[in-house]
Amino acid sequence: MTGRQIITDAQNTWCPGCGNFSIQHTLKNILTEREEAGKSLDDVVLVSGIGCHAKIADYLNINSFYSIHGRTIPVATAIKLGNPRLTVICCSGDGDSYAEGLDHLIFAAKRNIDITVIIHDNRVYGLTTGQYTPTSPLGFKGKSTPSGTAEYPFNPVELMLASGASYVARGYTKNMNLLHNLISEGIAHRGFAFIDVLQICATFFPAADYYTPRVYELSDHDRTNFESACKKAREWDYNSDSPIALGTFFQRSLPCFDDTMTVHGIEPKDRQQAVRDLLLTRS
Amino acid sequence: MKNVSVLIGGKAGDGINSAGALVAQLLNHIGYNIYLYFDYPSLIRGGHNFAIIRGSEQSIGTCWKTLDFLLALNRETLEQHRDNCSSDTAIIFNADLVKSAGQGIPVKEILTDEHAPAIMGNSAIIGGFAKAAGIEWDVVEGVFKSYIPKGVELNLKVAKRAYNQLETVHPVSKGSRSPCPLLTGNEAIGLGMVNGGLDVYVSYPMTPSSSLLHFLAEQKEKFGIMVVHPENEIAVILMALGLAYTGKRSAVGTSGGGFCLMTEGLSLAGMAELPLTLVVSQRTGPSTGLPTYTGQSDLHFVLHAGQGEYPRLIVAPGDAVEALYWSAVAMNMAWKFQVPAFILSDKTLSEGTYSVDPAAVSDVRGADSPRWAGTAPYFRYADVPSGVSPLAFPGTKDAVIKVNSYAHDEAGITIEDAHTVGQMTEKRLRKGELLTEEMRGYTGVNVSGMHDASTALFCWGSTKGVCNEIAALLGLRVVQPVVLSPFPTEQLKKAIAGVRSLISVEENATAQLAALAERHGIIADEKILRYDGRPFLPDDLLVKVKEMMI
Repeated sequence: MTGRQIITDAQNTWCPGCGNFSIQHTLKNILTEREEAGKSLDDVVLVSGIGCHAKIADYLNINSFYSIHGRTIPVATAIKLGNPRLTVICCSGDGDSYAEGLDHLIFAAKRNIDITVIIHDNRVYGLTTGQYTPTSPLGFKGKSTPSGTAEYPFNPVELMLASGASYVARGYTKNMNLLHNLISEGIAHRGFAFIDVLQICATFFPAADYYTPRVYELSDHDRTNFESACKKAREWDYNSDSPIALGTFFQRSLPCFDDTMTVHGIEPKDRQQAVRDLLLTRS
Repeated sequence: MKNVSVLIGGKAGDGINSAGALVAQLLNHIGYNIYLYFDYPSLIRGGHNFAIIRGSEQSIGTCWKTLDFLLALNRETLEQHRDNCSSDTAIIFNADLVKSAGQGIPVKEILTDEHAPAIMGNSAIIGGFAKAAGIEWDVVEGVFKSYIPKGVELNLKVAKRAYNQLETVHPVSKGSRSPCPLLTGNEAIGLGMVNGGLDVYVSYPMTPSSSLLHFLAEQKEKFGIMVVHPENEIAVILMALGLAYTGKRSAVGTSGGGFCLMTEGLSLAGMAELPLTLVVSQRTGPSTGLPTYTGQSDLHFVLHAGQGEYPRLIVAPGDAVEALYWSAVAMNMAWKFQVPAFILSDKTLSEGTYSVDPAAVSDVRGADSPRWAGTAPYFRYADVPSGVSPLAFPGTKDAVIKVNSYAHDEAGITIEDAHTVGQMTEKRLRKGELLTEEMRGYTGVNVSGMHDASTALFCWGSTKGVCNEIAALLGLRVVQPVVLSPFPTEQLKKAIAGVRSLISVEENATAQLAALAERHGIIADEKILRYDGRPFLPDDLLVKVKEMMI
């Protein structure tokens, strides 16, 4: 399909000022560029979890699997395994992939499955009206923690480096040029691409005034150097007050799970013969 | 009827399972139908393992208590199975470790003389058994050559030493059957699914389903399938659904505890209308329970698992032949109606070994959903009269394929309006009606034994074997529903016509089949239940059924 209307007619229910609009707009632009470059959008699949982020599956007019909370990544992994020719983009939330489905995130990095994971990291549960998430700062007062959380956030960038991710980046919804570059790079990267996107939640965690003066784009950074990637990742721990690096922390080339797992299917009649042959070995 | 029963026992790590498989092949090659029951505790080393191998001229799926041969690799085997011995039982033992009446084999001496490793000790015991049973050496040689992957010649030398030393004390006459394939229930399920078009098997290890994972992983190149072992059962089922979305026929396998983790994914399959085949092999519950022992206590769990309402198929094969057939049917039905299809097994079936007539590998009718005709726009959930929307897979030109866990419209876009929610619920339920109609074309209830008997044993799954045996002795009818959802009410009513006493025989504490049947207006008059992890012994069941018939 060419000249496709990339946004569906579904009514958009994100709050005014929501950072999700920036991510959607960025993806729309990337998809348009893809189409202009002569690549079909029929080969793109978007997978989402459950949460505010996930509504993007309704809004983008491309193949989509609107999955369940925390389970975007196993679905996306399997879609790539099922048809390696597809470009699989996985939109997930911080509640989704850092809490409910953290195991899947770590394993996807470990496997180096060729999918692009975009975490809409607003650091709060939006759709369930304001509870803390794994990246909320210590002492965050949410509806389930009215006197403040008693636990530190974890650092997803550091976690992904430790888990073996082959592309690790951080973006910000108020820097759309960079976000565009990071997601494009992530899609182009052959292997598991992880992009933590600091996303503004206009209603429950409007942190733009905090982020904007602190963020800076990585420069003079060797993204192939794991040690300096770790160092840069630790500069801001999602809790203490420090400069916040944006950009690509790390990238390397590794064999992909979808390549290693590839099987050569056989014809149905050969299959029946294979079953009969197997039976012969048991008599 | 000719029958022979052999028990081989030793400690975990002694290779009892593979030794048992060799004994089974020996009996297979002298003309018997086989059933092998393998009993082992949940540990790697130590503990008592045993296999009972039974040969019969009839098709069998159970073992009687009394043995013709007891092969003891250690003292514990003798102590634990004294009650299984009669004055006619031939006892063959490792003379290094056991003192007993019967015939001892100096295993260590033979191994030393032949410069053979300790692992070959079992070959001495099997060689000794063959002689004691009067099995010709040619048969032993043939079986060893076919089934011992490494060091056949040395194994044969070791076996021959014992063969030459022992006397034929309990000659087993030849049966009339030509040798046929021996398969475990899990292998039969795997082959059935391959016949049904399996593309990818996804599973996390859990006894008693793990041997299916191992079998398919080992054979994957031969069958052209992918086998994936992910991080947990949640990932397992979500991966299977992602694969189905791309058009791959996927299946998952687990036991009760793993299936607990799969229920959110099961419900997603129901809502998103993604075809899925699930193998659930039951063990003793609740919770961790007895990992390596049997049970039939998850029928109602599987029947009701997952939030919301959506149709599902459940088949519970009773032996390997049925497993081979029904696993292919299940996979086809999953795809024809875009529903979850369960193959419900139990430890007795999954890990038991059965004779399978190669003729049983019938061509199962291939079945599938209609495909999209290609006129855009594509509606993944087109509200067609059958309820079964035409399928298209990502990568198809001009198709935007949206599947959704939320209530959705025909295009797969989230909606909340009352009308569409009701409309799509009805669409999903129509698939269930069609599935019910389809299953009327299958023999969903097996009837065996005396077809006109007024007393019937009412069973499901692996207890079919023991019920058949008792029914043959007492002249009873056996009624065994294989299809458990949609419940085959009409077929079942026909099957029990003229029955005055319906006795449910189940390996659970609450008579789950009887309860399910009661919901459909069929009342079991009596219940015989076992819930200690062990399969019914025909000896015990015979006594209990007789008591009820007085």
